[in-house]
Amino acid sequence: MPLVNGGKIADDSFVKLAVDTPLPEGGDILVPAERFIGEADALLKRAGKVGVIWPNNRDIAELVPYLGKIAVVALVFPTFRDGRAYSQARLLRERYNYRGELRATGQVLRDQFVFMLRAGFDSFEVKKQADAEAFMQTAKRYSVFYQPTGDGRITALHRRMQLRHSEGVGT
Amino acid sequence: MYAYDEIDRTLVNERVSEFRDQVKRRLSGELTEDEFKILRLQNGVYLQLHAYMFRVAIPYGTLATNQLRALAHVARKYDRGYGHFTTRQNIQFNWIKLAELPDALEDLAKVGIHAMQTSGNNMRNVTSDQWAGVAPGEIEDPRIWSELIRQHTTLHPEFSFLPRKFKIAITASDHDRAAIKIHDIGLRLIKNEKGETGFEVLVGGGLGRTPFIAKTIKHFVHGRDILSYIEAILRVYNQYGRRDNIYKARIKILVHELGIEKFSREVEEEWQHIRNSSLQIDDEVIEDIRSRFTYPAYEKLPHMPDELRQAAADPDFEAWRKNSVAPHKNQGYSIVTISLKPIGAPPGDATAEQMDALADLADKYSFGEIRVGHEQNLALPHVAKRDLPALWKALDKLGLATPNVNLITDIIACPGLDYCSLANARSIPIAQELTRRFANHELANLIGRLHINISGCINACGHHHVGHIGILGVEKNGEEVYQITIGGRADENAALGNLIGPGVKFDEVADVVEDIVEAYLALRERPEELFMDTVKRLGVEPFKERVYATR
Repeated sequence: MPLVNGGKIADDSFVKLAVDTPLPEGGDILVPAERFIGEADALLKRAGKVGVIWPNNRDIAELVPYLGKIAVVALVFPTFRDGRAYSQARLLRERYNYRGELRATGQVLRDQFVFMLRAGFDSFEVKKQADAEAFMQTAKRYSVFYQPTGDGRITALHRRMQLRHSEGVGT
Repeated sequence: MYAYDEIDRTLVNERVSEFRDQVKRRLSGELTEDEFKILRLQNGVYLQLHAYMFRVAIPYGTLATNQLRALAHVARKYDRGYGHFTTRQNIQFNWIKLAELPDALEDLAKVGIHAMQTSGNNMRNVTSDQWAGVAPGEIEDPRIWSELIRQHTTLHPEFSFLPRKFKIAITASDHDRAAIKIHDIGLRLIKNEKGETGFEVLVGGGLGRTPFIAKTIKHFVHGRDILSYIEAILRVYNQYGRRDNIYKARIKILVHELGIEKFSREVEEEWQHIRNSSLQIDDEVIEDIRSRFTYPAYEKLPHMPDELRQAAADPDFEAWRKNSVAPHKNQGYSIVTISLKPIGAPPGDATAEQMDALADLADKYSFGEIRVGHEQNLALPHVAKRDLPALWKALDKLGLATPNVNLITDIIACPGLDYCSLANARSIPIAQELTRRFANHELANLIGRLHINISGCINACGHHHVGHIGILGVEKNGEEVYQITIGGRADENAALGNLIGPGVKFDEVADVVEDIVEAYLALRERPEELFMDTVKRLGVEPFKERVYATR
């Protein structure tokens, strides 16, 4: 499954651990939420970066004490029709000011890229190679956005206000 | 009328181009049907019994004549020459080909029409009063706010994959023509003591398998906060709405399971986090949207022109005028409802020829504007009273002057088993038979206001729960069986109907309705007592006795 990071296909340095996989000596690891919460101190002490895989039905606020110490939060789309992780992503970015990597995992297809980018995701475990290759092209598909989110894209309402004011200056 | 600006046009065009790409990928096999399903639903495309069905949004029920002509064009070029107006200010085409859909969408986009989010588990077309902006006594035009919310809910990055569909309706009149109490969010536009615009917010209404009347969650939300408040409701719903069972996934179930107090506390807490954010809207933003609505330059006209006085001698004209013509906020003008319920025909259908002709009439008599109501009828919102006789003659020639608005033959019905893959029973043939039984205008007029709503399955697209007489078709041992309720209503006093007794067979439905009506005529205290009031006064029992005494 290709990883798209920073807009292009990239190597994934993280190894995913299950609840009971023995902890490797070094290297970057992605750990399930319950294991992370249970062993946070030990995990964060070792060499290598730590990320957490957070299920979409668990309160994201539990993660707040750790946000400065982890490198990746991976949110889950069990099917692409289950949109709970969009809310979790926006909360992480906009309410809890999380600045690390925010990864979309699960059933991730090109048709969600724009929504995901707007919600604050910046890395994507894409299901299909063709979708991963089409990432940049798909991400540019829309130039108009009606809603303000933490991605900072200018909204239609805001753009209209700018137009009004610039017109006002001219007259 | 709201006119799209370059920004709105760009978005719709980008959406069409995205969908064209999605259809291409489906046709090449790159997308599986399962993957494509959600994408097509987000563009209003269902797979029905015989073909793809295409549902197009008519936001808050307002159409310009070039838009109505574009709908006629789609009916003619891509479908079988007609369209079906639904109970939520949409129009459906039943015979569309998948490969041609992107072209149909592109043709519609040219006149500012789209099909975004007319199906799927997202925020659906925002609906409002079809008399918005012209109804006497209206607080202010609710379409300004409807348009604001339409924009905000379009391609929302957080709420496009909700547990289930989500419908918002807005009214600004005391008499609720938008059925806000059977919506996921109902907004009643009001003013506070300072004269500022805001909304009473209702939540958790809906029909379907488990019907609920919406409850008030907040008595006043200031206009500047309405987007953040809606966003808070949706965020709570997106996270906690059930996703394990499609029949329990609507917000009404969440509100019911948590209780309105707990639910409103959750929303309030979320709202406090986001209300002072960029979601707050100032007056200038509202003014900007308002500035793109155009209003007719009304003339100063007499209340009772000679043309109207003379036409009053014609009983056929008078029959039509009495139930189709309603008061307008400007003297000398009327709102004219156009019945799409001719005797013996499917409710809500209009042919391409009728749509084109109606567009011409709207240009001539209604400042180029047409409205669509949830009762599956159309309206011309600004007709000078002096033009009423001429308009009536023209409508009559088109088969659009059936004098039955709000009468027993003005039936709301879903497409039912004739078209829909979800249906268990036929709806349209029941409606057709009922219109024939009550075809006599004198009789229908004697009965007075009476709404019959028919659904062909438990999903309740025909809003049977809130029909004065509700008819629900179900399947029992391979046979169509119809359950009949009375006493429902969808207005400001919304209520769910009560079952009168065991279900009846297809052939018996019209007889049972006749029995109910006869019972009402015998039981009413005076001719002015409407069916609804008699049912309210006496309850179900006397009607039940009458219907089942001989069965």
